[in-house]
Amino acid sequence: MSPTGEPLLADTKSDTAFVEFERVQKSYDGVNLVVKDLNLSMPQGEFLTMLGPSGSGKTTCLMMLAGFETATHGDIRLGGVSINNIPPHKRGIGMVFQNYALFPHMTVAENLSFPLEVRKIGKSEREEKVMRALGMVQMQDFAGRRPSQLSGGQQQRIALSRALVFEPELVLMDEPLGALDKQLRETLQFEITNLAHQLGITTVYVTHDQTEALTMSDRVAVFDDGRIQQLAPPDKLYEEPENSFVAQFIGENNTLEGVVKEINNGVALIQLDGGDLIDAKPVNVTKPGERTRVSIRPERVEMDPSRLQEGAHTLKAEVLEFVYMGDIFRTRLRVAGTDEFIIKTRNAPDQVRLKPGEQIEIGWMAEDCRALDA
Amino acid sequence: MSALTENSTDNGVMMAADGTPLKRSLARALRRQKLRALMLIAPLLIFVLLTFIFPIGSMLFRSVENDIVANTLPETVAVLGRWDASKGELPDEEVYAAFVRDMVVAVEAKQHTRLGTRLNYESTGMSSMFRQSGRKMKKIDPETDGPFKEKLIDIHKGWGDIETWKTLQTHSGLYTSGYFLNAVDAQKTHEGFAWQPEEKQILLKLFWRTLVMSMVITGSCIALGYPIAWLLANVSARNANLLLILVLLPFWTSLLVRTSAWKVMLQQNGVINEVLVWIGLVPDAERLILINNQFGTIVAMTHILLPFMILPMYSVMQTIQPSYLRAAKSLGATNWTAFWRVYFPQSVPGIGAGSILVFILSIGYYITPEIVGGTKGVFISNRIAYHISSSLNWGLAAALGTILLIVVLALYWAYDRIVGIDNVKLG
Ligand SMILES: Nc1ncnc2c1ncn2[C@@H]1O[C@H](COP(=O)(O)OP(=O)(O)OP(=O)(O)O)[C@@H](O)[C@H]1O
Ligand SMILES: [Mg+2]
Repeated sequence: MSPTGEPLLADTKSDTAFVEFERVQKSYDGVNLVVKDLNLSMPQGEFLTMLGPSGSGKTTCLMMLAGFETATHGDIRLGGVSINNIPPHKRGIGMVFQNYALFPHMTVAENLSFPLEVRKIGKSEREEKVMRALGMVQMQDFAGRRPSQLSGGQQQRIALSRALVFEPELVLMDEPLGALDKQLRETLQFEITNLAHQLGITTVYVTHDQTEALTMSDRVAVFDDGRIQQLAPPDKLYEEPENSFVAQFIGENNTLEGVVKEINNGVALIQLDGGDLIDAKPVNVTKPGERTRVSIRPERVEMDPSRLQEGAHTLKAEVLEFVYMGDIFRTRLRVAGTDEFIIKTRNAPDQVRLKPGEQIEIGWMAEDCRALDA
Repeated sequence: MSALTENSTDNGVMMAADGTPLKRSLARALRRQKLRALMLIAPLLIFVLLTFIFPIGSMLFRSVENDIVANTLPETVAVLGRWDASKGELPDEEVYAAFVRDMVVAVEAKQHTRLGTRLNYESTGMSSMFRQSGRKMKKIDPETDGPFKEKLIDIHKGWGDIETWKTLQTHSGLYTSGYFLNAVDAQKTHEGFAWQPEEKQILLKLFWRTLVMSMVITGSCIALGYPIAWLLANVSARNANLLLILVLLPFWTSLLVRTSAWKVMLQQNGVINEVLVWIGLVPDAERLILINNQFGTIVAMTHILLPFMILPMYSVMQTIQPSYLRAAKSLGATNWTAFWRVYFPQSVPGIGAGSILVFILSIGYYITPEIVGGTKGVFISNRIAYHISSSLNWGLAAALGTILLIVVLALYWAYDRIVGIDNVKLG
């Protein structure tokens, strides 16, 4: 960016890794590792979301990238340059905070002009950039207001444009929409992804709202226990979870526990703890005798045995509850000893509406049912 | 646009749902709120009125009250009003006769010495003149013993001095500006006003010194308190509590004890000097004079008033989230810029509140300057105390107090104009 020691970002190509975490560990107290072994590599222009339960270390990772926390071990690189020893203000990373952190004693325009002033940019250019950044979020009319005179959504927009006004190539956002209502969130989600793609900036986005993660991101990193459990595009994450944590965490999911009986031609035969046999796709299991937890999405369960493959195993089920949800029906079943087995069916004209007490038979395609770690 | 849900406009005036102008219905709602607020503070208001405002008011009234002359010498005041002092002649017999009649009554009621004391503030010697004359005038019969002019001048030659009568005439009004003129080193004279002689001018200097020293004390409190308040607001809750206890520790001991401790510390063979001599920084013969001067007052008062600066600063700084500093740095500001442009402006309300508190407390401070200030380090309040309890010139004390009050209000007003009183946050 400049010869003053800021990392040279401009000449990196998009196919090489732009942001890299290599074997990063972090401990606050010298006893517990909050981040255990983080490896992550992002190309330029990617929108990556860190998703995970509270306390899983998402903010910590973001703070290490921004320079407010130092990694206890490992290397963080930006555009190929290690930034471990570069102070935050020289990293040139835009940041949106959860509580917006708009300076209350400055007007909106002064807030936006601040990063330009500290970069010693001339007055006229500053004003032009401020207005352009406000234009990106349709907030030109609010330039003279104080942050306290804005609604939550408007503050959020200003925080976003302030993080973008100095044209950073990397923007970090820590639960930027956490405090807003659902409708506003959806609008802003759309605006943020649009802006990010339009400007070609690389974005690291933190949330614990999985819908947000799935709809906004190019790739999602699912965090738990200080590790990335899975790093994949949203569809892959939903359809092909690599372990039972991810399967549980993303979307609604049915789990059944059992032991692998045999594995043939990429199909595992699982004996459930109740004694029933089912087919599954072996993901984290390799040999008979292993305990496993199988995972099946509610919408992939079939109630019509005629639509299943020849010889597929089926299970007996009793309908416990039927919920009409408009576009779909959500039915709760008792299956193989669990009362929490959910199936979802589309509200189509020919769709049957089950009644509590009914006995049915269910099954699924083997590749939709994933045998994961126990 | 439905009339029920929207405010309709009628000739450009916004109307509320019930058709009254919006402004009026807003004013009505606000009035009700204010009334309720007033009721909540009423008990305290009444208490303060009875025990504080009225006594203070009556005290301040003394600064202009002067009915003692007219009450004690009613006839004299009436006839003396017709006397023209500019001719340079003594008043005629009529005035002397009236004076004798008044005095006989006054002596009977033992009022003449009080009058003497009052007039003595304006012209020294009056007190003893009235006392001596009063004793001798007991023997005079105002009905038969006339004419009195010669007799009075015999009793005390002061009655033959035109200045005596001028003083009496000048101060015969029911109200006087004399105390206020005294308070600013001047004097009410027959011709208007005149400055006191050079060697008697001390009060203006004292006012000035009080202001300057209070500012210095406020300044040192800011300089010493700001880092502590910052630390308090930025350490963990447990450490903050511990630190806070240390900050408040001085409150647990009596003010007198603390001030006396400073006396022990600062005197010529006190702790500080002993240590300096012992490590050889200061030769034994040239021990530093740290007490009974302005330095001593400033040190001791800064120490005593420091908590009043730290507490409001701390409570304001507590509300400044650390994410502001982080945001500033992420936007490219160095540590110093982030502090100066983002943190400091947000902490100004705390500085303002602390400064007002410390400044107003110190401008009226009394005990500490009295004990460690010597003659060079005393404040105007020490002078007020002197006039209240030693010289018993309550009028002058009241005038000094009133001026102090006005100065404080004026500074408060100036502060409001410059910094803005909304910018003060006490908690
Ligand atoms: N400054 C700190 N000092 C000590 N421990 C900390 C500090 N900040 C975070 N932690 C701990 O590190 C762990 C991870 O915290 P982090 O804030 O990264 O979680 P998160 O994934 O962002 O959670 P959330 O979704 O609730 O924001 C938590 O157990 C937290 O208690
Ligand atoms: Mg967090």
